[in-house]
Amino acid sequence: MQAEGLVRTFGGRRAVDSVSFTLHAGDCLALFGPNGAGKTTLLRMLAGLLAPGQGTVRVNGVPVKEGAAARAQVGLVSHASMLYGVLTARENVEFAAKLYGLPDPRGAAMRALELMRVEDRADAPARTLSRGLQQRVSIARAMVHSPRLLLCDEPYTGLDDAGSAALTDALTERREEGAALLLVTHNISEGLALATQAAIMRRGRFVRHEARDLLDVRAYQTQYRELAAMHD
Amino acid sequence: MTDVAASPPGMLAAAWLVARKDLAIEFRTRTAFLSALVFALLGVTIFYFAWDATAVAASDLAPGVLWVIFTFAGLLGLQRSFGSELADRAVDGLLGAPISRESIYLGKALANLVFVSGILAVTIPAVVLFYNLPFGTGIAALAGIAALAAVGLVAVGTLFSAMAVNTRMAELLLPMLSLPFFVPVVMAAAQSSARLMAGRPVAEAWPWLRILVAFDIVFVTACTLAFPFTLDE
Amino acid sequence: MTSGQPSAPLTIPPQRDPLLGVALLGIAAVYVRALAFTPIEARQGAAQKIMYVHATSAFIALYVAFVLMAIASALYLWLKDEKLDRVAESAAEVGLCFTTVVLATGPIWGKTIWGAWWTWDARLTATLFLWFIIIAYLLLRGAVEERGRRARYSAVLGILASFLVPFIHLSVYLFRTLHPMPILLKPSAPSLPNEMLVTFLFSFAAFTLLFIALLRARYRMATLRDYLADREQERA
Repeated sequence: MQAEGLVRTFGGRRAVDSVSFTLHAGDCLALFGPNGAGKTTLLRMLAGLLAPGQGTVRVNGVPVKEGAAARAQVGLVSHASMLYGVLTARENVEFAAKLYGLPDPRGAAMRALELMRVEDRADAPARTLSRGLQQRVSIARAMVHSPRLLLCDEPYTGLDDAGSAALTDALTERREEGAALLLVTHNISEGLALATQAAIMRRGRFVRHEARDLLDVRAYQTQYRELAAMHD
Repeated sequence: MTDVAASPPGMLAAAWLVARKDLAIEFRTRTAFLSALVFALLGVTIFYFAWDATAVAASDLAPGVLWVIFTFAGLLGLQRSFGSELADRAVDGLLGAPISRESIYLGKALANLVFVSGILAVTIPAVVLFYNLPFGTGIAALAGIAALAAVGLVAVGTLFSAMAVNTRMAELLLPMLSLPFFVPVVMAAAQSSARLMAGRPVAEAWPWLRILVAFDIVFVTACTLAFPFTLDE
Repeated sequence: MTSGQPSAPLTIPPQRDPLLGVALLGIAAVYVRALAFTPIEARQGAAQKIMYVHATSAFIALYVAFVLMAIASALYLWLKDEKLDRVAESAAEVGLCFTTVVLATGPIWGKTIWGAWWTWDARLTATLFLWFIIIAYLLLRGAVEERGRRARYSAVLGILASFLVPFIHLSVYLFRTLHPMPILLKPSAPSLPNEMLVTFLFSFAAFTLLFIALLRARYRMATLRDYLADREQERA
């Protein structure tokens, strides 16, 4: 996946300002940043939900803007669960599987739910599930079509230990299968655990972006706090 | 999970998926449909007493009552069309999927069409019963007119519902936006059904039917093309 | 109030628009001419003089303001230029004034020549619905917070409304022709005597100038409002 010079403004404010980076198969970018830094806007552009004001996003060389073929390769976990409360967990994931045109939507949905270890609640309506279980179903929904690029906006929020473990296993598995990951989080150690790259976003820009190997976790944590505090 | 050969659905297949999902949700809850239905039946009965039955024949009143009530009951249904999408941003799931924006609109509209057709399927017999209309060929013609009118109503209403739901006063704005657009539909439906139910030749209703058909063609096309612009981009 | 402040680096129309003065003077002159120097129409009497306001306003509301709104809306969706959105917004609001004038003067004229304040005449009815649509358009604008979304939504409505007006006109016309009602007098005389025609054309020119001047003033306001909103956001 390749992002080139992404800019997006809302009114007069630049929410995302000249962001460029590349993720290869198996890469994982951990993206940190204070609230309002533009992380969510960036993710929405990468997922094809928002059109960039300038710049392009390519997945496997296909511009996301050009639609369906590129969007089929991307999965998104966002703050909102993206679930229909009345439908069951399985129906929700199965519906997603059908939208992606999977040959066996029901089987794929059950496999995704098993991956997030919520298969025993598959027939419960989504709105009756706890916040954490909804989050797991939502992640299953994002992974049901085995995306080549998985975008996760604070995916650990609301998950209990079992859920976090399931998510980490699932992300690791996706990566080993050659998917690229983008993980937005506030928790430095959590983010760096899987990452091959790390970046800090502030006021719409990448203020730091480097390979994970070069980082000292503790020093990075301190520096991030300083950067985040500067914003306020 | 293994990589499988996935081929995203085409426009109509995707629209059908979206519509089936909406209808499944509607069928689970049923509250919106039942409320709209009861509203329509209440309206039909109340209207009967709003006129002097000795001065105006019930059969003259019936077409107007039917279409006015239907319009408002339809609005009730359209109102909730996009609520389920926005509650937990499920719409992002649709937009991120490899289906076209237009197919989302067509799917939504199709589900709404089933919804209002369901209301009509009960309201028309109710009007026939309460207003003592003659059974016969007129009823079949009425069903045809109803189908034409429902398509136009739903085409415009679905689009405006998608817009109104993102505004500060959705419940008020949808009727404000939609009703002027319903004027030609209601007029044409009421006039043509009045003629057909009175046993007049089809030729007399033909100019009105032409307006209905033209309205459907123009607004289904225009609204399908306009829908992507109502999404954040 | 603005004199001491540094001027913004913006291309905004001047605050005091001489055109507005010219237009108002022109309308005054038209009315002096209409009342004092144009003969009274034989059958309709003095009431006919309202035509110089009514017919010109109707023409400008429908064929200038509304068409401008529809075109600017369509162009906005294509080019995504905020200026076009402001043009559409201004045209709608100024158009609403002119439509209101039409609806207010129509019944006054109608009462004297048709004997009824309101008739469901095809043109008058279409104007009434045009009025409703413009109000809905402006209400929609007021109900959407985010500027880009507001522009897109109102552009969609603007374009659809331009498809709707012919349908309304056609249905009302059909409604009328199939339900013949006594028409005492045709509202528009096919040929005007020369002096009336000259007054009419003068009136037309004056009202067109007024429309342009009001449009510019409204556009200027929209530009400044957006500019201020931008600055506020930058500061935040």
